[in-house]
Amino acid sequence: MTALQIAALILVALGGTAVVLVPDPLRQTLVLSIYGVALTILFFVFQAPDVALSEIVVSGLALPVIILAALRKIRESEDEHRRADGEGQR
Amino acid sequence: MSRRVRLGLFAVAGPGLLAVLLIGLHGLPAFGDYHGVYGLLVSRIEPSARHATDIVTALNFDLRAFDTLGEEFILFASAAGVALLLRRMRDEASVERASGIEDHRFAGASDALRLASLALVPLLVALGGYVVLHGQLTPGGGFQGGVVLAAGPMAILLAGRYLALKRIAPQWALEALEALGAASYALIGLGGLIFAGVYLKNFLPLGTQGTLLSAGMMPLNSVAVGLEVTGAFLLTWTEFLDQDLLVRGGDRT
Amino acid sequence: MSYLPYAVAAWLFMIGLWGVVSSTHLVRTVLSLTVVQSATYLVLLGVGYRTGAKAPIVADIPTKSKLVDPVVQVLVLTDVVIEATVTALLLALVVQAHKRFGSVDPARLRALRH
Repeated sequence: MTALQIAALILVALGGTAVVLVPDPLRQTLVLSIYGVALTILFFVFQAPDVALSEIVVSGLALPVIILAALRKIRESEDEHRRADGEGQR
Repeated sequence: MSRRVRLGLFAVAGPGLLAVLLIGLHGLPAFGDYHGVYGLLVSRIEPSARHATDIVTALNFDLRAFDTLGEEFILFASAAGVALLLRRMRDEASVERASGIEDHRFAGASDALRLASLALVPLLVALGGYVVLHGQLTPGGGFQGGVVLAAGPMAILLAGRYLALKRIAPQWALEALEALGAASYALIGLGGLIFAGVYLKNFLPLGTQGTLLSAGMMPLNSVAVGLEVTGAFLLTWTEFLDQDLLVRGGDRT
Repeated sequence: MSYLPYAVAAWLFMIGLWGVVSSTHLVRTVLSLTVVQSATYLVLLGVGYRTGAKAPIVADIPTKSKLVDPVVQVLVLTDVVIEATVTALLLALVVQAHKRFGSVDPARLRALRH
């Protein structure tokens, strides 16, 4: 195993731990994107350029947009509930 | 079940699972010591048999094209599921939303962001088309290129021109695009059945290795999958972004 | 040292699973599931690797050279893109659950809103 592969593996292990341990979902999205870059480097070093291309494209673009849009929808729904509760108590 | 019960169960079962995983993975051959036969066989016969220089794409769209058909339908079903769930929610929402477009962040995009996003759109579409079409020559293909292609209209959204995005990519067009991609992949397979006797067998002329129109039906399959992935991702994104709310105010141009 | 990829994969699997089990926000559950999925990618690519071999693109290297296994790369490649859409479906379910139950805490999902 080359030194580059060992470094990439350690980076991926740390990145995965970071994704799970971050408390706020919004920050977790950002850490997930960085974890995707670490995975891309790992896939590239494992001689898999097709996989690296699809991983960077998905984790840098597709997944954060979906997660951020879902978080926004949840916050909208929360505001709606708060407004409905406020009207109900009046 | 409460969080404490969950964590208790995990504390009991987790170490057991970890031990099983480590012992099981230990039984694999050492890293780098490759014992498989199929991979070696494919690498040896594929360039002369199919005239494609990217063996991964050749497996994806020709030799194991049936598996890709299954994956395509997972994609289709997930996009349909998202559309079904979120549209039903929107129809049920009877509460008139008070927040107009003024306090919405799309209307407040700065000029630098708008300019940069609009400059990115043709670049992304060109790059996406390039990656899709060159799947059989270099790393690429329908899956990767499809997501990059979908990023093009998304950059218009970043520039704050949501109504322009709605005009370019209305809901029915995205659904049609996705369905077209999925259907054309299945129909190309049918061509293999008619002209070569086996479903999804490569029946088009193979061409010269290294040119754009080589490897028979691989570029066609790649384009079909690219269309479907583009349609699916754009549909998913716009479903989450809740067009009805944003359309009511009109965006600031 | 040659066991390191599989050890990292097992570690990612367990820590992702811990994230799923111990989360208090449904979106965190879904994101920890992504970490579990990446553990499987690592195992697959680790199985297909050959020491001293090159990527399976024969555009500029001689056809007979030593290449890594292309079959596992096909599996991981389609998997990465499809799992993004499945994550979208899971997040749509989370949004729907929030609308129904008024909370994204998995422990409070059985209670009705009022």
